[in-house]
Amino acid sequence: MNPEKALMTDEPAAPDILAPSESPAHTRIDVSAVAAMAGQRADTETVFECGDINVYYGDFRALRDVTLNIAAHEVTAFIGPSGCGKTTFLRCFNRMNDLIEGARVDGAINYHGVNLYQDEVDPVEVRRRVGMVFQKPNPFPKSIYDNIAYGPRLAGVKRSALDDVVEGSLTRAALWDEVKDRLKMSAYGLSGGQQQRLCIARAIAVQPDVVLMDEPCSALDPIATGRIEELIAELKTEYTIIIVTHNMQQAARISDMTAFFSVQANEMGQRTGLLVEYAPTSLIFTNPDDPRTEAYITGRVG
Amino acid sequence: MTPPMPQNTSDLSAADLRTSASRRAWSAGARWAFALAALVTVLVSALIIWTVASGAWTFISQVAWGNLTEIGWFPRRGLFDLSTLLVNSVQISVIAMLVAVPSGFGAAIYLSEYAHPKVRKVMKPTLELLASVPSVVLGVFAISFITPSILTNFFDDINFFNKLAAGIAVGLLVIPLIASIAEDALRAVPVALREASSGLGARKVTTSIRVVLPAAMSGLMAAIIVGFSRAIGETMVVTIASGGGDTSLFNLSLTESGGTITSAMAALGLGTDQVAGNNLAFQSLYFLGALLFAITLVLNMAGDVIVRRLQNKY
Amino acid sequence: MSVLTTPAGIATGAADALRRRPGADVAGSAFKWLLIGATVFATGFLAVLLAVMIVDGWEVLSGNLWHFLTHGFSQRSAAEAGVWQGILGSLQVALVTGLFAVPTGVATAIYLVEYAQGSRFARIVELNIRNLAGVPSIVYGLLGLAVFVQTIDGFTKGKTVIAGGMTLAAMVLPIVVITSVEALKAVPDSLREAAYGVGATKWEVLSRQVLPAALSTILTGTVLALARALGEAAPLILVGAATGFMSFGDANVLETFTGPYTALPVLIFNFARQPGADWGVNAAAASVIILVLVLAVNGLAIYLRNRFERQW
Ligand SMILES: Nc1ncnc2c1ncn2[C@@H]1O[C@H](COP(=O)(O)OP(=O)(O)OP(=O)(O)O)[C@@H](O)[C@H]1O
Ligand SMILES: [Mg+2]
Repeated sequence: MNPEKALMTDEPAAPDILAPSESPAHTRIDVSAVAAMAGQRADTETVFECGDINVYYGDFRALRDVTLNIAAHEVTAFIGPSGCGKTTFLRCFNRMNDLIEGARVDGAINYHGVNLYQDEVDPVEVRRRVGMVFQKPNPFPKSIYDNIAYGPRLAGVKRSALDDVVEGSLTRAALWDEVKDRLKMSAYGLSGGQQQRLCIARAIAVQPDVVLMDEPCSALDPIATGRIEELIAELKTEYTIIIVTHNMQQAARISDMTAFFSVQANEMGQRTGLLVEYAPTSLIFTNPDDPRTEAYITGRVG
Repeated sequence: MTPPMPQNTSDLSAADLRTSASRRAWSAGARWAFALAALVTVLVSALIIWTVASGAWTFISQVAWGNLTEIGWFPRRGLFDLSTLLVNSVQISVIAMLVAVPSGFGAAIYLSEYAHPKVRKVMKPTLELLASVPSVVLGVFAISFITPSILTNFFDDINFFNKLAAGIAVGLLVIPLIASIAEDALRAVPVALREASSGLGARKVTTSIRVVLPAAMSGLMAAIIVGFSRAIGETMVVTIASGGGDTSLFNLSLTESGGTITSAMAALGLGTDQVAGNNLAFQSLYFLGALLFAITLVLNMAGDVIVRRLQNKY
Repeated sequence: MSVLTTPAGIATGAADALRRRPGADVAGSAFKWLLIGATVFATGFLAVLLAVMIVDGWEVLSGNLWHFLTHGFSQRSAAEAGVWQGILGSLQVALVTGLFAVPTGVATAIYLVEYAQGSRFARIVELNIRNLAGVPSIVYGLLGLAVFVQTIDGFTKGKTVIAGGMTLAAMVLPIVVITSVEALKAVPDSLREAAYGVGATKWEVLSRQVLPAALSTILTGTVLALARALGEAAPLILVGAATGFMSFGDANVLETFTGPYTALPVLIFNFARQPGADWGVNAAAASVIILVLVLAVNGLAIYLRNRFERQW
């Protein structure tokens, strides 16, 4: 049996559709089988299992049949040429694609065993647990403090506890010392690198389970990039991190697993993204299986 | 195809590189004609300022100052109390804002945050259509529907002509203006901010109220200011529905009639005083015009500054 | 358990935690319906307005429409009165408005976009245009009265269609300029460069490439401006439309431009001022006519714009 096919939950749902991990196997991927196929170590806990993900923008299919697992407390990097659907795929993990008019995700993503793409799941709840850091720093036009406090306030954290949450998050994002004297000042006064760390602090202030990062360093200089990379290394002890990057050295430095995506044009010239290879980072960069991966990482293509 | 070239480049003189005289003359002439037109628009402003300022000066230099504050607007008796008109203008404009801001902002938020693109594509032109409803029609609407069919249910002794109906009708008139400025302001808020908020697990209502609205605040303020300015300057609705008379008693009651700066101007323009020429009553028309011009200019410039600041923000 | 679910807690409680809870977003639905209500109110009152005017004016619209459309104003009785002079006057005024406002406005826009972009003079003109756009219409009436009626009465012959048209031209000038500027800015520079590249002078680039490309948008803006002028009454009251009746009798149509006149919105105002319910019927019926007229002109403009909207 094709293990991923089991994930297509076409059959009528059991009464408890939101089956937790220990519920009947037919709603779940056989983790070890997929993991083995994808070259993943089977001993780590799995956070996401994706089966046959296809993403469409209107009639345009941006991503084809992606199947992979994401392990807890690891940094997973997505690399690949521009337009291959890295961002598109990343946004599937917290259902951000729901916000795009005309975008449609086919397939299933199990998050701790629960399929995120079923009617009963509230995307807002998903996003509280799966946070996101965007390509361009996007602080709110509010004070530094209010930026960090925004998420915790939504979650109902008491006013008295907010100060601690803000300090804790900024500290973990290695920003506290730089901004502790100007918490009430506008976040727009910060440098680009500081703004991005603020956005990371804002994302972790709600204590998410997973942090998605879409090229978080692309707008930053090398020094600011270095700080964010250090930060990611620290954060992975607490969070599961999925990061999109164009910088292969960066992927090699910070990630445990790497997924290489590429594009393929069909007869009609539509360019659809697909997963070429998914393996431990050390393997991908030293001994890739697929010639396309090798071509890309050695700089011959892309 | 090869362009005609001099056989020998050494034959080329500067004259060969000049366009023909007539083509150059056309081009230069056109430039001056366009510049002249631009000058005309400045001239229009200058003439407006000169008209109201010189007329107002004639009035101010002749009027007995005490008559500007003796309560009541009776131009033919020489009583020109500004507060009588100003209070009515402000009251009517505030009512108009109370009607127009909630519905205008509501429509703007709906169109920018919630509406399906197809809905927006229909609704935006509809708002533009609404903006073109002639104000006389809304004046007729106020006296033939708002007062008799609606307001009489709530107020027993409401006057046939009253400020409340006039204010509501003016409000209906400025809804499209306010909605359109507000929608522009909301749409100017970058999608990235909405995504940041959604990414933190905020619902749409939370994102709209806590992120989008504050980020668009200055634009929304501008919408209110410009809308208010438009309401202050609205003439026909008020003249038909509240201030038709040449004179006006000072009163604060919204269910009574009352003239505004604009309706007093319309009344003066209609009256026989105009025929009589340069008497003081007719000159007060220019004085009111100057006042109205100054008020709306200040409001519009304030709104403009705010909108401009907004444009540079992101 | 702390308020925020800790990562460890998620793994076990995921199913419940992610479930869409009924009522979790009541505030959201309430907000959305509030907004829909506001939108319906903001746009729906046009329907109410039309319905009320049709009902109130039904007596005239159903039985007497032809007479109403083809007869002039009458002081004597509401039943005899018609809007013919108003319609004709409005069209004449609109014609004069267009003749003055469109060339001036479009030329100003060309100067701003094509010649002086960013210059000090251009900035002054732009600021000036923005301020003019906010000047209340009745103030334009004062301008018309003092300048067009009194100062240059040799040209306008006093309170005439020409003076009225010029007054409204000053009023809609900012609209024409602003829409034309947008139209010209939408023409891509590549088009200009292509024309310059084959040796055209600036005037040739403008007249043969840029203006034709921007024409449909400019036209739309012009039509919108004229629709605005059609519905405007306040300035015309000051420049004499209210008192006027067209002088008939002389065969020469041109002479009516320099005679007394009235306009449709001013007539409505006159009807509304008369005591008595039958005048109210006239006001409502005339309101329906002007609404149909203005909405049709506007609708046409908006339709044309959407039709010719070009993607560069
Ligand atoms: N909102 C959208 N609407 C329509 N098509 C889209 C949208 N977003 C992305 N696409 C298309 O989907 C494909 C994948 O885009 P995506 O942004 O995911 O690529 P990417 O790998 O992140 O590229 P980059 O490295 O440049 O960020 C592209 O062909 C893109 O044009
Ligand atoms: Mg991307």
